[in-house]
Amino acid sequence: MTDKTHLFEYLLRLGDNALVLGQRLGEWVAHGPELEEEMAMANFALDYIGQARLFLSYAGEVEGQRRDEDQLAFLRDSIDFKNVLLVEQPNGDFGQTIARQFLYESFYQFQLEGLSRSTDTRIAEIAERVSKEIRYHLRHTRKWVLRLGDGTDESHKRIQNSFDELWRFSGELFVADETDNWAVEHGIGPNPETLSSRWNQFVGAALTEATLIQPDDGWMDGGGRYGRHSEHLGYLLADMQFLQRAYPAASW
Amino acid sequence: MVLTAKADKDTVWRLLSEVPDPEIPVLSIVDLGIVRWVRTDHTRIAVGIAPTYTGCPATEVIAANVLKHLGQNGLDATVERVLSPPWTTDWISDEGRKKLHAYGIAPPAGSTNDELRVACPRCDSKQTEKVSEFGSTPCKASYKCSDCLEPFEYFKCL
Ligand SMILES: [Zn+2]
Repeated sequence: MTDKTHLFEYLLRLGDNALVLGQRLGEWVAHGPELEEEMAMANFALDYIGQARLFLSYAGEVEGQRRDEDQLAFLRDSIDFKNVLLVEQPNGDFGQTIARQFLYESFYQFQLEGLSRSTDTRIAEIAERVSKEIRYHLRHTRKWVLRLGDGTDESHKRIQNSFDELWRFSGELFVADETDNWAVEHGIGPNPETLSSRWNQFVGAALTEATLIQPDDGWMDGGGRYGRHSEHLGYLLADMQFLQRAYPAASW
Repeated sequence: MVLTAKADKDTVWRLLSEVPDPEIPVLSIVDLGIVRWVRTDHTRIAVGIAPTYTGCPATEVIAANVLKHLGQNGLDATVERVLSPPWTTDWISDEGRKKLHAYGIAPPAGSTNDELRVACPRCDSKQTEKVSEFGSTPCKASYKCSDCLEPFEYFKCL
C-alpha cells in the first residue's frame, strides 16, 4: 500500500468512528430519560458529526476521486465502513449508552492526545480542537458511571451488565495493524497498543469508584476496521442513508 | 453592484464587527473572538474564522453571513476555516462578556475545567446551582439562581 492509501484508510477509521457514534447518540433525540440528558446526548452527537465531517472531507481530498464528506458518509455500504464494533452497538438503556460512551471516550482521549502531536498538521489541528470537546464529554459521562454504579441496586446491576456485555468490544481499540504501524513510522498517530495501560488505569479507577467490577479480558471481538461488522450497523446505515439513496443528490 | 477586493483592514474589521452571531445575536462575531485574521493585498480579501465547536451548525451560517454583509458593502471576499489555535471561551472579548451579562447569559468564569461559582446575570447572587452541563446550544449550560429563582444560561468554559 502507498502512503496515500494508508492515510486514506487511517482517516476513514477516524471519520467512521465519529460518524457512527454520532448517529447512534442522535437516536436519543426525543427519547431521552429527561430533558437535560437528551440535550447532552444531542450535543455529543453534534460534536461527533462535526468531527466526522473534518476527517471525512480530508479523507476525500487524500483519495482524490472527487468524493466529498457526504458521498463518503451516505454512499458507502457497511462493508466499506472502517469503524470499530464498539461504536455501532445499540444504545440499549441509558446506562448502556453511558457505558459504551465511557469505554470509547476513555480510549479516544488518549488517541487524540497522540494525534495532536501528528506530523500531519491538519490531523494535529483537528485533534487539538476535538480533545477539548471530548474532555468535556468525559467529565459528564464519568459522573454518570459513578451515579449509576453507586446508585440503586437496579441501576448498579444494569450498568454492570452493560460493561460486562460491551467489554469484548474494547480489545479491538488496542490492536495495531499494518495501517497503524505505518502511522507510527510516519509520526501520523500513536501506536494503539501503547494506549491500553493508561486506558485500563483510567477506566479501572472510575469503575472502582463506582463500586463496579472491571470485567476480565476474555475473548475479544473485532473486525470492524476491515468492514466485518455486527448486524447492527446495517440498520443504522439504512436509517442514516435512506434519503440520499432514495433521492440521490437531494439537498436542502 | 460591482464588487471590489480593494479595502483596508480596518474597514473589513469594522464591517465584521457588525455581523451578529446567529445563536447569540447580542454578540458580534468579533466579540465572540472567532475572527482570527483579515488579509488584504488589494487583489483579494480573506477572513479567517475559527469554529467554536466542530459540530456547531452555526459555522456555515456565519461564513455565509460574512460574505453577504461584505458583499452588501461592495466587497468581494473569501472565508477560510481556522482550526489552530482552537477557539476557547478565553477568546471572548471583555466587551463581549459585558454584552452577554446584559443579555441575561452568564459569561464564562475562569478558564477550562474550573468548577467556579457562576453569578446570576439578573441579581448577581452567587447562590446558583447547575441544572445541566448542557443547554440550548453547544456552547451553553443551564443554571438556576437560588435567590431570585430565575433559570438562566451560562456560557460554559471550554
Ligand atoms: Zn438571581
